[in-house]
Amino acid sequence: MRLSALFHSLCVILNNMRIRLNKYLTVPVGFALLIMSMLLWVGSVNHINNDTALSTRRIRLATTTSLYDSGLWEILEPIIEKELKIELDIIYAGTGQALEYGRRGDVHLLATHDRVEEEKFIQEGYGARRTPFAYNYFLLIGPDEDSAGIKGLKVVEAFKRIYTQGQINPESVRFVSRGDNSGTHSQEKRLWKIAGFDYENNIRSEKWYLEAGSGMGPTLLLTDQKKAYTITDKGTYLTYSNRIKSTPIIDKENELLNIYSLITLNPDKFPFLDLITAQKVNNLLISDKIQNIIAEFGVQKYGTSLFLPGAGVDFD
Amino acid sequence: MTEIWQGFLKAVELIITFDREVMEIALRSLSISLLATLIASILCIPLGGILQFYFFTGKRALISLIQTFYSVPTVLVGLFVFLLFSRLGPLGGLNLLFTPTIMVLGQAILITPILIGLTISALSGVDKSLKDTALSLGATNTQAIITIIKEARFSIISAILLAFGRAISEVGCVIMVGGNIRGFTRVLTTAIALETQRGEIELSLALGLILLLISLTVNLLLNIYQQRKV
Repeated sequence: MRLSALFHSLCVILNNMRIRLNKYLTVPVGFALLIMSMLLWVGSVNHINNDTALSTRRIRLATTTSLYDSGLWEILEPIIEKELKIELDIIYAGTGQALEYGRRGDVHLLATHDRVEEEKFIQEGYGARRTPFAYNYFLLIGPDEDSAGIKGLKVVEAFKRIYTQGQINPESVRFVSRGDNSGTHSQEKRLWKIAGFDYENNIRSEKWYLEAGSGMGPTLLLTDQKKAYTITDKGTYLTYSNRIKSTPIIDKENELLNIYSLITLNPDKFPFLDLITAQKVNNLLISDKIQNIIAEFGVQKYGTSLFLPGAGVDFD
Repeated sequence: MTEIWQGFLKAVELIITFDREVMEIALRSLSISLLATLIASILCIPLGGILQFYFFTGKRALISLIQTFYSVPTVLVGLFVFLLFSRLGPLGGLNLLFTPTIMVLGQAILITPILIGLTISALSGVDKSLKDTALSLGATNTQAIITIIKEARFSIISAILLAFGRAISEVGCVIMVGGNIRGFTRVLTTAIALETQRGEIELSLALGLILLLISLTVNLLLNIYQQRKV
């Protein structure tokens, strides 16, 4: 009895609605219903796609731009894929962006070069382990005429001198920064700090200090055009060396050490990711076989290796 | 100037020698953008029709909103789709981030406003008396609307072409949601961005020329179709 009464009143309501709907609201209500049904559908399928449920094992590795630009991953990727029978997706990102991908669980493994940020990443519980696997030195490059006169100085002294000379003569002494929160950018900020400056207040506001806000390549081109100084990784500098006139002025100093590390993710935080396979990729990258390939990489093209094998090296 | 010329030569070389990687990238670009345009068209052209021919509250506001979204930055669409499909995002469980599927979706979302908006413009460009004529000749309301859509088909095809052009030429969205993975989600525009970054200027120029060539081919095919119909 009650049920049929309910049914009857429902029919009446629907009937009334239909008349009203036809006039003004058909389209918006239709949209709302469509979106609601889509949300319901999504809610029902949202949790089924764990990594382990997939047919091929796909490991995503977010790598810093300087490693990628050098072409190293194009050599390593097929070797890893063949050895472990997986699909390795190399995703190109600055260190900051790569760590953000890691925080969100969008990748399985990171290859970055910013020790402070990496350790913070692990401390926050996102990362499990940091393993250095390659290193080289940043270069301080500048115009041939060395307008600030920093040749022969230690890099920290050179930064101080660029600061004083830049203030005296901001037209001829300039410094170009990546300005993009990349590993190279944080290295530069660290150097300003060691030299005794407050980066945000003392440096960024200076007239002679330019922020490129782009990758290493474009930053080098800008540096060259402005006859300025900048900090660069070796690989990108060598790739661009035939296009620019700027030359390395300070090289191979401890303060310029550039360590590329692998960061594995914390399995407790990301249970849906296939981190066991990611660990295998990690282990393969620090194996002798791959470390030798890293040591040889670039020798043929540039006459000098771009990276030194970093597995097991004590950097402290 | 020499670099531009070298880029041109390189493009010719890559096309003649059928460079496998470049052809793969070009084909991927074409199929992703075509699919995105197709999906968006199927959804948006009828929607544009509804918006043109039906009256409801808030219609004008909605159309203005759609037109505002013509100029939505591609990176913003990319970011939106990224946050939606990121592993910890609301749709993260679908595991679609950094796949070609999501790139199709991103591009489809990107061109939706253009397609809806231009469909409305195309339909409103048709002579107002056409609908009345059709109705007076005994057509039903739906038949009259179909007549108008047929009449406006060239303008709608132009809208589709424009949408396809925006889809295949954008880089911000696909690089954000696709990740520019070699052999998987790398398309022409993201390859250009990468090679420029790496200092391979000639290769970038060559890839750009190939992209233009694809657009030219698509345009020509549609033009031929249009002329045959006229």
